[in-house]
Amino acid sequence: MSKILMKGNEAIGEGAIRAGCRYFFGYPITPQSELPHYLAKRMPEVGGVFLQAESEVSAINMVYGAAGAGMRVMTSSSSPGLSLMQEGISYLVGAELPCVIVNIMRGGPGLGNIAPAQGDYFQSTKGGGHGDYKLITLAPESVQEIIDLMAKAFDLADQYRNPVMLLGDGILGQMMEPVELGEIKEVKQADKPWAASGMKGRSNSNIINSLYINPEDCEKLNEKLFAKYAEITDKEQIWEEYQLDGAEIVLVAYGTAARICKSAVDKARAKGIKAGLIRPVTLWPFPAKVIAKIAQSVNCLLTVEMSMGQMVEDVRLAANGVCPVHFYGRSGGMVPEVAEVLAKIEELTAGGDRE
Amino acid sequence: MMKKIFTRPKALTDAAFHYCPGCTHGIIHRLVAEVIDELGAADNTVGVCPVGCAVFAYNYFNVDMFQASHGRAPAVATGIKRALPDRLVFTYQGDGDLASIGTAEIVHAAARGEKFTTIFVNNAVYGMTGGQMAPTTLLGQKTTTTPKGRDKDNNGYPVKVAEMLSTLDGAAYVARVSVHNPTHVNKAKKVIKKAFEVQIKGLGFALVEVLSSCPTNWGMAPNEALKWLEDNMIPFYPLGVYKEPAEVK
Amino acid sequence: MARVTFREERCKGCELCIAVCPENIIILADHINAMGFHPATVVEQEKCKGCAMCARMCPDLVIEVEREVAGCE
Repeated sequence: MSKILMKGNEAIGEGAIRAGCRYFFGYPITPQSELPHYLAKRMPEVGGVFLQAESEVSAINMVYGAAGAGMRVMTSSSSPGLSLMQEGISYLVGAELPCVIVNIMRGGPGLGNIAPAQGDYFQSTKGGGHGDYKLITLAPESVQEIIDLMAKAFDLADQYRNPVMLLGDGILGQMMEPVELGEIKEVKQADKPWAASGMKGRSNSNIINSLYINPEDCEKLNEKLFAKYAEITDKEQIWEEYQLDGAEIVLVAYGTAARICKSAVDKARAKGIKAGLIRPVTLWPFPAKVIAKIAQSVNCLLTVEMSMGQMVEDVRLAANGVCPVHFYGRSGGMVPEVAEVLAKIEELTAGGDRE
Repeated sequence: MMKKIFTRPKALTDAAFHYCPGCTHGIIHRLVAEVIDELGAADNTVGVCPVGCAVFAYNYFNVDMFQASHGRAPAVATGIKRALPDRLVFTYQGDGDLASIGTAEIVHAAARGEKFTTIFVNNAVYGMTGGQMAPTTLLGQKTTTTPKGRDKDNNGYPVKVAEMLSTLDGAAYVARVSVHNPTHVNKAKKVIKKAFEVQIKGLGFALVEVLSSCPTNWGMAPNEALKWLEDNMIPFYPLGVYKEPAEVK
Repeated sequence: MARVTFREERCKGCELCIAVCPENIIILADHINAMGFHPATVVEQEKCKGCAMCARMCPDLVIEVEREVAGCE
């Protein structure tokens, strides 16, 4: 198969269609707008529905409707839009509805700007809306990986009946890279006997609901969700290991920041510094297993983010004091340069071996 | 021979309503369920209930149901109907849900001409949360948040939903009915049936505003509340069909 | 010939049925039901015309109405 050149935002759309998604509800916001532009053309070609909602609030509730009716459905937005969707996401979790939500992050807080950022890590991985819950959060670093992860995103959502977040930033959404799309395959979708799609001969009605008025029942729901989350944490951690051979300092970074870190690691290695990188692909479940393991053998870890430091808290929890965990970040839409990261690596390795 | 001429519709479960004594939600539930039965549609219907007193309606309608977040039932119904265009989809919403927090959703669902039916229960007060002012509370009407009566200078004016939505091209059928006596209950049922038929014929969005009483939060006995509805609400919220497509006239 | 039956345990004693009965044959019973309400009940059943106005106004679907129908099915 030949490769074609594709924008990240468009790849999300094509990846969704190839994953069997036929319903998209969204509201325009930069820097993700190429995705709805693409799907506005593409969905009708495959017999799907593209609908521009009146707000992000409506979009996520349209997702709730289509997901509860048993369909593979997606919405996308960027940081402020995701804030508006949080109530709906909490309802989706409470009603155990599968769907895929895309966040192409931009600088914040507030209206911030439209430059790339990673300031929504907490919002995506720690719950985001009200109540106890988690979103499976996938963080691709390239256009090819977007295509590959979209299928995974829909499968995980269906398998665990939980929304899945695809978390990128403005650079990932806007950049063009060659991708191998592969053949369009028939997607086998899970049976959804719980869907509220008309009783059609069923004797009991299906109800899509997150209301549990008795606290005992609501606690049971929470316990059920967290049993599911324990299984996901155990089975679904994904990460990439880069130049870990004999590494004395290991960087931890995801998405666009990880690409910058790969260059910094290469430059450090060229200077004789034993640097490596762990790139979480699932931000939740956070790849704590590999961090805990690598913490045993390195002098220190260095988390690099396009934020003031959010994922670093998970890295510290996973390292659990076994080695120092440092941080370098830029925020508000500023992107760390390779030279800055390299300088931080050099600063941290100047003191020699771990005692 | 003796024949049952009035009995519980099949589109209702046997669950007892949780509503207060004399609350007309129960009457309106029955009318919707009878219409679903008469259309033979129970097997093919998906309902969406709101946040508010009717939040538990999913326990009462014997059809597939969704519970939606506050005000968003029209967005949820849009998602359902776009995914399953051949199903009969309805939302059941109160005035706080539809005319306050959910104003954007109902206006745009109507503007898009979404092919579902909305039953809008207007009792001029927030019920479930404790009798606060609703967007539909009448001027001078006392509520827990307008203890001296709704004041136009402070609280503005009540929203006339049927009139407002009937200005939208996508709204195919808009009507206001009342359930304050048996005659009007019968009329309300005919109108609700038409609103479902508009959907079945694919003519566009349909909404029936049903004037309803809230004895508890109005602080009145149930019969007194119906009289208050007739004397105060109907003059401000005139009954009638505001918009009707030729196909169902 | 007509008959109304009240599902007493469901009645909340709201009196909407009482107000609309043209024969004035519905009253609230002296006893209370499990919910603590005086349930509506019919006196002088033989006066019932089966108009079902009571049932149409009952918010709790407490009332069933039967009526003599001419001929048979």
